[in-house]
Amino acid sequence: MDLGEINPVLLVASLMVAATPLLLAAIGELVVEKAGVLNLGVEGMMIVGAISGFAISVETGSPWLGFIAAAVGGAVLSLLFVLLTQVALANQVASGLALTLFGLGFSALMGQSYVGVKPPDMGEIHIPVISDIPVIGPILFQHDPILYVGIALTTAVWATLKYSRVGLILRAVGENHDAAHALGYKVIKIRIMAILFGGACAGLGGAYISLIRVPQWTEGMTAGVGWIALALVVFASWKPWRALLGAYLFGGITVLQLNLQAAGVAIPVEYLAMSPYIITILVLVILSADKSSAPASLGRTFHASH
Amino acid sequence: MKFTSLLASAAIALGLATGAVAQDKTKVGFVYVGPVGDGGWTYEHNKGRLAVEEHFGDKVETVFVESVPEGPDAERVMTQMALEGADLIFTTSFGYMDPTINVAQKFPDVKFEHATGYKTADNVAVYSARFYEGRAVQGHIAGNMTKSNIIGYIGSYPIPEVIRGINSAYVHAKKVNPDVEFKIVWAYTWFDPAKEADAATVLIEQGADVILQHTDSTAPQAAAQEAGNVVTFGQASDMSEYAPFPRVSSIIDDWAPYYIARTQAVMDGSWESANTWDGIREGMVAIGEISDAVPADVKEEALALKAAMAAGEYHPFTGPLKKQDGSDWLAEGEVADDGTLAGMNFYVEGLEGEIPQ
Amino acid sequence: MIVLEKRPQPSKAWSYATPLVAVLATMVFGGVLFAILGKNPVEAIGTIFWEPLFGEFSFYYRPQLLVKGAPLVLIAIGLSLGFRAGIWNIGAEGQYIMGAIFGAGAGLAFYPLDAWYIFPIMVIAGAFGGWLWAMIPAILKVRFGTNEILVSLMLVYVAEQMLASVSLGLLKNPEGFGFPGSRNLQSYESAHNAELIAGSGMHWGVVAALIAVIFAYVLLNRHMLGFHIRLTGEAPRAAKFAGVNPARLILFCLGLSGALAGLAGMFEVSGPSGVVSIDFNVGYGFTAIIVAFLGRLHPVGILLAGFLMALTYIGGEIAQSQLGLPAAAIQVFQGMLLFFLLAFDLLTNYRIRAARSEVA
Repeated sequence: MDLGEINPVLLVASLMVAATPLLLAAIGELVVEKAGVLNLGVEGMMIVGAISGFAISVETGSPWLGFIAAAVGGAVLSLLFVLLTQVALANQVASGLALTLFGLGFSALMGQSYVGVKPPDMGEIHIPVISDIPVIGPILFQHDPILYVGIALTTAVWATLKYSRVGLILRAVGENHDAAHALGYKVIKIRIMAILFGGACAGLGGAYISLIRVPQWTEGMTAGVGWIALALVVFASWKPWRALLGAYLFGGITVLQLNLQAAGVAIPVEYLAMSPYIITILVLVILSADKSSAPASLGRTFHASH
Repeated sequence: MKFTSLLASAAIALGLATGAVAQDKTKVGFVYVGPVGDGGWTYEHNKGRLAVEEHFGDKVETVFVESVPEGPDAERVMTQMALEGADLIFTTSFGYMDPTINVAQKFPDVKFEHATGYKTADNVAVYSARFYEGRAVQGHIAGNMTKSNIIGYIGSYPIPEVIRGINSAYVHAKKVNPDVEFKIVWAYTWFDPAKEADAATVLIEQGADVILQHTDSTAPQAAAQEAGNVVTFGQASDMSEYAPFPRVSSIIDDWAPYYIARTQAVMDGSWESANTWDGIREGMVAIGEISDAVPADVKEEALALKAAMAAGEYHPFTGPLKKQDGSDWLAEGEVADDGTLAGMNFYVEGLEGEIPQ
Repeated sequence: MIVLEKRPQPSKAWSYATPLVAVLATMVFGGVLFAILGKNPVEAIGTIFWEPLFGEFSFYYRPQLLVKGAPLVLIAIGLSLGFRAGIWNIGAEGQYIMGAIFGAGAGLAFYPLDAWYIFPIMVIAGAFGGWLWAMIPAILKVRFGTNEILVSLMLVYVAEQMLASVSLGLLKNPEGFGFPGSRNLQSYESAHNAELIAGSGMHWGVVAALIAVIFAYVLLNRHMLGFHIRLTGEAPRAAKFAGVNPARLILFCLGLSGALAGLAGMFEVSGPSGVVSIDFNVGYGFTAIIVAFLGRLHPVGILLAGFLMALTYIGGEIAQSQLGLPAAAIQVFQGMLLFFLLAFDLLTNYRIRAARSEVA
């Protein structure tokens, strides 16, 4: 056993990569939940985004087009959720689960001819001088562009929710849809926009796995990331920066446990493997002193009766 | 009345028709644990099925059900295939062992073939591949190629199959490079490409410049490519999209010859229960093309090693070998017996760390 | 302009009719899907819905419906009580796994003793395992106010690692040549949850599921606690005035759903499955959430929904092998069925009517 073999700089750099799909999906879901909608279909939207992005970038040779397609794919699938929950006023928990089931199957059908294909490479942003600074360079300036998109998105969502009128309306809708409706806001329309945004973000997260982190297409390749993303939103108490922190924490523990194994630390592997989940629970308990709670209308159906 | 009797006679006609077809054709069923699009384990078995169809043409009919969970679901799928007239059923996951035995008892006339298990019956044969022979070739190349003398190994779960592979690779890497060290990471999952990517990255960061994997996704290949100077090997399928570098060679499961031979045996009426454990010699384990990134002399030695195993002249576990704790395992020139290999749950001397229990 | 008008009372007629309408719509759209995939749609739909119930080999498939449906119903009943009160146990899969580990562990501890009391002990141990696992989110919620969705979901992953661990270590079959997985409980008489009548598919898990349905029905309709559960879900403020103790309700609902999920796992491992293995769990805990909602959180509805889900699973497998439909197509088909069931539910609670534009 030799802990000296673990390079903290590289560890931080790779945990950022591991955390990015989680972060993208969680930020999207955070906006959805802020608007008072609980969409449990994140996993389904991610996997559809993963195959949409993969297929388009293989066909066109452009990863950028792939990511755009992934966002569109995720959003289109979330449109089904819109139809169910906002038009047909169906139960959101069940609709989200149905969306995941459908998305997993649908992506597998779409992806049948893409097994064993290698997608085009996106490359990393490498800025001379800055990227070569020791420690800071590898951590901050040697990543693929989408990782920065994830961080930018977090900033944008945070600023929008906190300072803009749109953010205010969104929160009002999530806190009390009847009052928001009485004030003349179009509750359903705002929620639809939020859901589509969430779908697009989940799609991006999925494509990050299929195009950058793995990169390949196999059925069911998101392997539960969508569920972790859902958990992260709760963990973050619906705050964008805490979602970022949570994603890095979760990604960090995942990468760290593999590092500890490789360094030969004598902790049974199964305990290491379950550590990310247990530590998430523990952190949640510690954070429970913070009483900021869920959007009050979360998961409730809105119907303008007059 | 008329309408229903019409239906009935139509049904009888249909039944007769299908009955007639069934007599001509040999019906072969396949039960898969993953989707045929997994690009690994199930993908290769399905290639074997397609080979059977191609080989026999109109004489066979194959059916398959994919993503069948182990346990009662598997039992139901097998029963269903047997009820619908399958003559031969391949069940392609270790966890199908007890269900296969249960169903086989109910259908004594149907032949069953269970992959990677150990329970046989009059109408149940088992088959498996000696992947560890391929691991010997990999170990040989890996030991020669490493400059840091650290070889990373990604395992799924600590089961005999995987442990055998680690031992075989280690023994042969050590032979050509006494300073070599193995770093082993257990992913504790059969399938999670993202986790495999993380595991590969971690191993590379800790100095490994050769990665061996016992998981099926190409994620480690991509991680190695990104790192630039890391060697990998294809697993389960050829993964030639990453050749010639980082993927310098591969172990391929080739089930086609076995599936064709066993189907033929059922057609001829010569099928018998057996315990088949085939390797390079029989073609069940194939070594993917060794790319030019490997120095010519190393490639030559590797091919010679492969040829020696194919000819039956060399066994990857030939003494003297000791267990990890220093106790004797095989004496000079002694060859490991299949029983020990099948249930292998110890490391050979020199490997570090403990097998998770 | 078409508007929705909330019915004062959910329509009885529609609540019976919508499932049929939904199944019909699924058949139409599913048929289109199968046609796109190059299969005969009529044959495919017929195979999925007809074959298991009335086909040539239905004598075998009908009992299998019980085997596949029972764990779904048993888990969903427990979940539905919590869901009604707004307590979200998403981690039934983990409780199912722990029930199986505890149940099988208790049985194997006695191996090879032959005694009548072993099976009852396993039943208690299984329920206890599930209960214990559900008590973690329950106590954390009561004590610290943590979110039970998150904690129960995280504990699924922890339970899966535990399952792998015991399959490779503690419960590994000593006569299994080093392979993972426990002894097969089917061949250990005293611990075997055998069919009560051979070939009927009826095992103790099915009996337990039926008892749970009756129990939940009585609880919700005849008992004060059931009233409290419904009240908390429908009017939390009124519940407070009615003297409902939220902490006790959380402990009860999570505990009960955990215990039932644990029982389901225990009956599965000691009967149809037989072994504790790395891949023992197949998602019953998650599918049961869908079943609970399909059944509109009503005990009888859940019973029907559970068997409908089982039917699509079994019919789907038949369609795969007979027609070569990919498993993914079946998954999409199931997704569609859920979509339509959920969407048409609208007609139960709302009236669609043409309205003059003044409404907007």
